[in-house]
Amino acid sequence: MSSAVVVAEKGNSLWDDAVARLKKNRLAVFSLCLLAFELVICLLTPWIAPYGFEVQDLNNTLSGPSAAHWFGTDALGRDLFTRVLYGGRISIMVGLLASGVSVIVGVIYGAVAGFVGGKLDNLMMRAVDVLYALPFIFLVIILMVYFGRNIVLMFIALGLTQWLTMARITRGQVISLRQKEFVDAAHTMGVTGGTIVRRHLIPNALGPVIVYLTLTIPTVVLEEAFLSFLGLGVQAPMASWGTLIKDGVDVMEIAPWLLLFPAATLSLTLFCLNFLGDGLRDALDPKGAKD
Amino acid sequence: MGLGYLLKRLAIMVPVFFLVVTMVFFMIRFAPGGPFDGEKAVSPEILRNLNEKYHLNDPLLVQFGNYLKDLVRGDLGPSFKYANRTVNELIADSLPVSLELGVTALIWALLIGLVAGGLASMKPNTVWDYVPMSFSILGICLPTFVIGPLLVLVFGIWLEWLPVAGWDAPEDRILPSLTLGFAYAAFISRLTRGGLMEIRSQDFIRTARAKGLSEARILIVHSLRGGLLPVVSYLGPALAGIISGALVTETIFNIPGLGRFFIQSAVNRDYTVVMGTALLYFTLIFVCNFFVDIMYALLDPRVKYE
Repeated sequence: MSSAVVVAEKGNSLWDDAVARLKKNRLAVFSLCLLAFELVICLLTPWIAPYGFEVQDLNNTLSGPSAAHWFGTDALGRDLFTRVLYGGRISIMVGLLASGVSVIVGVIYGAVAGFVGGKLDNLMMRAVDVLYALPFIFLVIILMVYFGRNIVLMFIALGLTQWLTMARITRGQVISLRQKEFVDAAHTMGVTGGTIVRRHLIPNALGPVIVYLTLTIPTVVLEEAFLSFLGLGVQAPMASWGTLIKDGVDVMEIAPWLLLFPAATLSLTLFCLNFLGDGLRDALDPKGAKD
Repeated sequence: MGLGYLLKRLAIMVPVFFLVVTMVFFMIRFAPGGPFDGEKAVSPEILRNLNEKYHLNDPLLVQFGNYLKDLVRGDLGPSFKYANRTVNELIADSLPVSLELGVTALIWALLIGLVAGGLASMKPNTVWDYVPMSFSILGICLPTFVIGPLLVLVFGIWLEWLPVAGWDAPEDRILPSLTLGFAYAAFISRLTRGGLMEIRSQDFIRTARAKGLSEARILIVHSLRGGLLPVVSYLGPALAGIISGALVTETIFNIPGLGRFFIQSAVNRDYTVVMGTALLYFTLIFVCNFFVDIMYALLDPRVKYE
């Protein structure tokens, strides 16, 4: 169900409306706060983490949660809380960088197709259709296995699996905006092309792109964890949430907290990202279909 | 839906397939490392002989040509790691396991998803709606590699109701297939609920009700066909997801299926096996999407493919 489009009052920009709508969505605001908190904690990890991420305490392995080790310790006596924080840095970094790659590629591709139109547009979109049919995750797996489990390569590869929908969305936006009356109006008022793109096209096309971006972040975070869980992503001694979950699975019979804490952290983050994405979709794109 | 469209769809699969073969072939070959550099070093003569035997010394393009020639005949070549076994034999062993896992997971997904979504749509905003829809949020947000271990922990280790790994007895199938199907059940229940709710607000349903038809008849005869369209169009992505999700599920539960095999061979640099399994995956996903499109057109007469 889409709510009726609110006719903007004087002085209310697209963004003011969106912020007002987002603020009303308590779940989304809560998610946003939690994610911001997580981001700050992860950025500050090297300074606030209680232990070093490689520090082993072999007299104190697989111990349960305690005052000294909030999340317990792993098989090598490393503090799990510290490792979850460091893992979060990797996961968040992957989420942001890979999504960034997908936005750059997708928006440029879609915008070119939409602006140029005609035969080129047709050809470019056919190519997207064909690429949609490819299960990229298998290509990424092969790539990861054969070209060293290089973390930068992983960002790029994951980003490149996600740009197709972004390209379609951007193209659709560009095409529909080009025909809008307010763009015509701006033309007749003598506004130059560059200004139209800057003042009218980009702000209006940005909404759906941002919405889709917030939904891309959890997808790539998930894919990174998926690869790391299979042992193909982040390599020891570095950790991401995926590798921590994998390590937890190996010892879950004797030390279930090693599985539960990283799994809960990852899940909570994915929940928040999804709720925030939904909230932003409702706020920025009130006409948009809810799937 | 025209036959021409179907043929066109099939025809476009040929170049795409060729593209995939080429990409995977050269990606693997240009990567450092080969199938015979394992932990224990092989003497140079043996290595030369091995390379000779498997034609790895030929120019790359010749190797590629030979591979394509064999591929056309359906021969995926010999495995480099499993002596005296062909890739076809290895796939024949592991594919049925994965198919069984995938099909069972899909059945769970449809069964749970349709029932939960149907119930929720008939009694919206009641406990019949809230409980399944809350679970479905869990299913959508929790990845397979979290759900699987959690199910194992609760039902396998703490309650000791079900086996934690393996693929022999019938009860071995329950946890893996549930793990794999859960996320899709969650999504399907939401799509079913949404689709049916939308249909129920249509005029022709009001007419049916005005005619005095029973609720059950309205649901089955009038609502289902239109209401399930979103579910059908989701089946394509769902099947693709189940196929790749099986990689994780098979790893968690130690199931001797295609997915685990694919990853092992990738790590072992068993070129032909990686190629063969990857190509099989692509084909499977193409075929699934193809049938889903046909089904969609059959259900919705408004859909025309050109």
